[in-house]
Amino acid sequence: MTRRIAFLGMLAGAALVAGDSGAQTTPAPPAPNQPSSATDSALEVRTSAVAATLRCPVCQGESIQDSPSELAQQMRAVVRERLRAGESPEEIKAYFASRYGEWILLEPKMTGLNIVLYVLPVVLVVGGLILVVALVRKWTRPV
Amino acid sequence: MNWKRSLIALLAAAPLLALFAFGFTRNPAEIPSPLPGRPAPPFTLAVLTAGEGAHARTPGDTIRLSELAGKVVVVNFWASWCLPCRTEHNALSEAARHYSDKRTQFIGVLYNDSPSAGIRWIGELGGMSYPAVTDVESRTAIDYGLYGVPETFIIDPAGRVAHKHLGPITGDVLRRVIDSVLVSSGTPDSIAPGAG
Repeated sequence: MTRRIAFLGMLAGAALVAGDSGAQTTPAPPAPNQPSSATDSALEVRTSAVAATLRCPVCQGESIQDSPSELAQQMRAVVRERLRAGESPEEIKAYFASRYGEWILLEPKMTGLNIVLYVLPVVLVVGGLILVVALVRKWTRPV
Repeated sequence: MNWKRSLIALLAAAPLLALFAFGFTRNPAEIPSPLPGRPAPPFTLAVLTAGEGAHARTPGDTIRLSELAGKVVVVNFWASWCLPCRTEHNALSEAARHYSDKRTQFIGVLYNDSPSAGIRWIGELGGMSYPAVTDVESRTAIDYGLYGVPETFIIDPAGRVAHKHLGPITGDVLRRVIDSVLVSSGTPDSIAPGAG
């Protein structure tokens, strides 16, 4: 969880840096003819965002963004290349799912039986709360 | 009153216990691959070591999957740092020799390893009867949804993945799968060049 928050912070920071490049106080002039570093960091942000949704095959419950393993790094390189070639994040996820199965997606798609995964916890929590409220009322009823 | 409560607790726990009992019979490392039945991802890989006989290729040349249409292709991912790869090595080398007169091509893809370590390993194990190839940046491994070594893919003559094997493969599995692919694809010995 903390990892996720840290990652989101990094993303936000990187986005700020990327969006703020024109307002920097560095002596370098805004470079319309040299956009490489700005587009590079934007590409890194997009790569990280996609990599964070893909499971590292050789780790335990880690994304390829979080894992330092060689395979995860190579998979991130594939993500980066495909983004650069103009593929959308959804197309890239579909590519990995077609090779590794849906297991590679850290967040299962919200279709079919998977909906149970999303709905059941909510149902259980709400049901539990109702049960607790009902029981407390019953126990504390004035005699 | 008390037995009633225990009964309710037991009934509430039963589905959970049943779920756990089922879960413990499953191996979480076994993830079904979507590849069997689908067209094998194409590859072009550089030859590292030659291999023998009909399987032999010139080191430095490339092997393309598309050139191998009409053959049963056995693609084994291995590494010198992989212990189970030692276990399966003889079975693979022997099967490659056994099928060398049939329409088959065995290929050993070196995974996340240095070519020199791979060559040394082959020497240590007394050779490899089929060519070893290198996979730059593991692009082919990722294309095949690899998550560890050894993994072996058997591709039918039409270019579809017929079988994926996780972990060290045995001679029995190789023979069973290759024979059934050769039979079902109508590529029996009699069609082999020179036999008719």
